[in-house]
Amino acid sequence: MQAMIIEALSWIFIISGAIFLLIGAIGIIRFPDFWSRLHALSVCDSAGMILLVLGMMLQAGLSFITIKLAIIGVFLFITGPTATHAVANAAFMSGNRPKSYKDDKQEEENA
Amino acid sequence: MFAIAAIALLIAMFLGLARLFKGPTLYDRALAVNAFGTFTVLFIGVMGFLNQRPDFLDISLLYALINFAGTIAILKFFRYRALGDVPQKPEGDQ
Repeated sequence: MQAMIIEALSWIFIISGAIFLLIGAIGIIRFPDFWSRLHALSVCDSAGMILLVLGMMLQAGLSFITIKLAIIGVFLFITGPTATHAVANAAFMSGNRPKSYKDDKQEEENA
Repeated sequence: MFAIAAIALLIAMFLGLARLFKGPTLYDRALAVNAFGTFTVLFIGVMGFLNQRPDFLDISLLYALINFAGTIAILKFFRYRALGDVPQKPEGDQ
């Protein structure tokens, strides 16, 4: 009985992880602006990845594989947002601004 | 179940590739490379589970490390035009 619950739970995690990944990937394609695509990428990196790794860990049960999966999950959990931040910072530094970005100077002119 | 995840990941990888070729700015391409790397890591992990080969997870861990380092290296190169010694005041600053 208990194994069946774990099996069903891992099913749910893996399927929802796959759905999140697809949503994020479609978002990367369809969003108009670089900054909104960055948001779609972070959906993939965080939600999709964590759910998938958790589903696989449940599937593997208590074994050495689960430890490897935990290491991969923690590593991706840390480097995913870091890489996204690096891309955003590089884009921002090179003058690429979101459309609705009001510079401090512009705000004074408008105000 | 893993087949569903594998198919979803394949589709996501192709979408990432499409963004890589279509991306107008350089940073769209860096973003697409990063996304493709994450999808590949997860795809290798899922394939490891599909074929009952637990050693695939070592490959996916290695690829996660390389992917992150690669993304940061690309960004650093295009920011400072050099990978080695970095000038104190990068000329790309606005």
